[in-house]
Amino acid sequence: MLKTFRIGGIHPEANKLSAGKTIQSIEIPAEVSIPLAQHIGAPSQPVVKRGDKVKVGTLIGKSAGFVSANIHSSVSGTVKKIDKVVDISGYRRNAVIIGVEGDEWEDSIDRSETLIKECNLSQKEIIDKIASAGIVGMGGAMFPTHVKLMPPPGMKAEVLIINAVECEPYLTSDHQLMMEKTEEILVGTTILMKALNVSKAIIGIENNKKDAIDKFTQYATSYAGISIQPLKERYPQGGEKQLIDALIRRQVPSGELPISVGAVVQNVGTTFAVYEAVQKNKPLIERIVTITGKEVKNPCNVRSRIGISFQTLIDFAGGLPPTTGKIISGGPMMGKAVARTDIPVVKGISGILLIPLSEARRKAPRDCIRCAKCIHVCPMGLNPTLLMNLTEYTVWDRAEKNHITDCIECGSCRYTCPANRPLLDYIRLGKGKVMDIIKARKN
Amino acid sequence: MNAILIAVALLGTIGAASAAILYLVGQKFKVIEDPLIEQVEDILPGANCGGCGFPGCRGFASAVVRAETMDGLFCPVGGQETMDKIASLLGKTSPTTSKKIAVVRCNGTCEYRPQTSIYDGAPSCAIEAALYGGETDCFFGCLGLGDCVEACLFDAIHINPQTLLPEVNEDKCTACGACVKACPKDIIELRKQGPKSRRIFVSCVNEDKGAIARKACEVACIGCSKCVQVCAFDAITIKNNVAYIDDDKCRLCRKCVPVCPTNSIWELNFPPRKEKTSASPKEEIKKTV
Repeated sequence: MLKTFRIGGIHPEANKLSAGKTIQSIEIPAEVSIPLAQHIGAPSQPVVKRGDKVKVGTLIGKSAGFVSANIHSSVSGTVKKIDKVVDISGYRRNAVIIGVEGDEWEDSIDRSETLIKECNLSQKEIIDKIASAGIVGMGGAMFPTHVKLMPPPGMKAEVLIINAVECEPYLTSDHQLMMEKTEEILVGTTILMKALNVSKAIIGIENNKKDAIDKFTQYATSYAGISIQPLKERYPQGGEKQLIDALIRRQVPSGELPISVGAVVQNVGTTFAVYEAVQKNKPLIERIVTITGKEVKNPCNVRSRIGISFQTLIDFAGGLPPTTGKIISGGPMMGKAVARTDIPVVKGISGILLIPLSEARRKAPRDCIRCAKCIHVCPMGLNPTLLMNLTEYTVWDRAEKNHITDCIECGSCRYTCPANRPLLDYIRLGKGKVMDIIKARKN
Repeated sequence: MNAILIAVALLGTIGAASAAILYLVGQKFKVIEDPLIEQVEDILPGANCGGCGFPGCRGFASAVVRAETMDGLFCPVGGQETMDKIASLLGKTSPTTSKKIAVVRCNGTCEYRPQTSIYDGAPSCAIEAALYGGETDCFFGCLGLGDCVEACLFDAIHINPQTLLPEVNEDKCTACGACVKACPKDIIELRKQGPKSRRIFVSCVNEDKGAIARKACEVACIGCSKCVQVCAFDAITIKNNVAYIDDDKCRLCRKCVPVCPTNSIWELNFPPRKEKTSASPKEEIKKTV
């Protein structure tokens, strides 16, 4: 019997159209715009100005606080300007726009492909290196990784969990990275174990990636403390709290962080970035992006520098199909539709999904029929229909009592609702409001 | 017969004892409340809208009765008349506050502000605003889904089906500020109603640079500061590429209105302008354009 989490969950059609496609490198365009807010927390402070020469890996944005991250140039060239560009948030925010000249890298970066297994750095040195490389959670949340590696006083990590689930339909970027960089990810895992001072790590992989499970099981034998755990296909297994439940059968209490049950979860893409940062001195300047969709000519996995526009990537995959109805950054479940294609790729974008018009539009919502399907599938054990109504009628105290802030925004309720009710839209709004109220009360 | 008498006697005794206990408890724990609060509450309109900043009319009434002076206390629904009544009841003087009215600072109708994407999510401005800038390229303008209409307790604001922008009914608006709080884009502002309801305001909040704003909307404020130069009373300031008219300083001379190259300054309820023959030919051309 394969493991999985115990409450709720759905099983959407996988549609992994780009599975098994080798990661291709994408040509660098003439100009990139690198947003200064690519993480949860304070936006970075720009440290370059117009006319400055930068190389690949030059620091251009400095972390502005504890929960913040450094940003490095992903290309070499001249800073054209620091201006507002439309980014993934759907609004204009500050970005550094760089005109590309050649491809010159910082001398400190080791660009060779050779695997370096040895890591003799201390715990603090590793965390400092990860922080200075600007690594954030690459599964989509974009939470600064170094913050996760520093548990609050009095708490101790017991186990490191590597999230190789990729439960989102369509996306294959993590899967392909696992197939091509198996040993690097395992070395990255040992580095993270050292940074957390734990002796045990579990890599959770969903059972639809059998080749990855086999390959990892074979290589992991030579790395002490790392075990591979195949998991039953189920969405949202890639959610931190669901993965912890599936792997070590512990439930994170309401309002607490995973560290409260002794677990730290890192995405497999983040783990690879940690390997490159610690062993090769390479900051986070590129990532794997899946470009996919039912009518895309050539669904593929590409290695894209941060700051390249969506349009360039879509062109690489055969251009925007004329029947496209919606462009989604990320997967179909948790991704976000974007209104234009000149948006730059940021650290947390794992895929670009082009949905044909026939599937893109939402169906008109009807009245709730009290079938309780949403309650049945909610992986956090919440009552989505109640939370939606409470938000609609702005009953914030009851919404708080019904744990609206525990919602992980996975969208299972919205997916399963036979009346097409916009459950998650309202819950997300209510969650934000209630969080503001709680914050105001604390101050 | 005996049983009936016993029952009557027993119930009578219990009743009398309970009444005595209730009376004693009532005396011991009685709350002495200023009867003025009740009277003030009767004068208030009883809308319980919260526009005064207190939780309901009773909260406001007790605050007025307790306060030394009536400065800073104002019932926007009842207006000056109600405040004067309360003042004479309490023997205080009520400060004269000019009546305010909600003003929608977006002028971007479908005609001027072309749609560039389709939003088919939940019909709520707050939800749309959390997802992206909106269906047009102007990220500051009205989304037209009517969170303000929903918030209004007085039926004073409605979406115009032609322009898809909210319009305020001057007779019904009480300036309670509910729509101001509901608007996620901070488009609605409470401004002085002005003499004979005449007022001038910049009907745009777009903070983008001129070129971007103009591209997104033909009637956007581009921050050119022509209105600032023409204003004789220092009432207009430009902040974040958008002009703002201070209604305390504005003397309603209307000089700023014709100089605006994008017609984003609005004048309301003024008599039609006299055809000035002395107007410079340049201005005339601009008007016809």
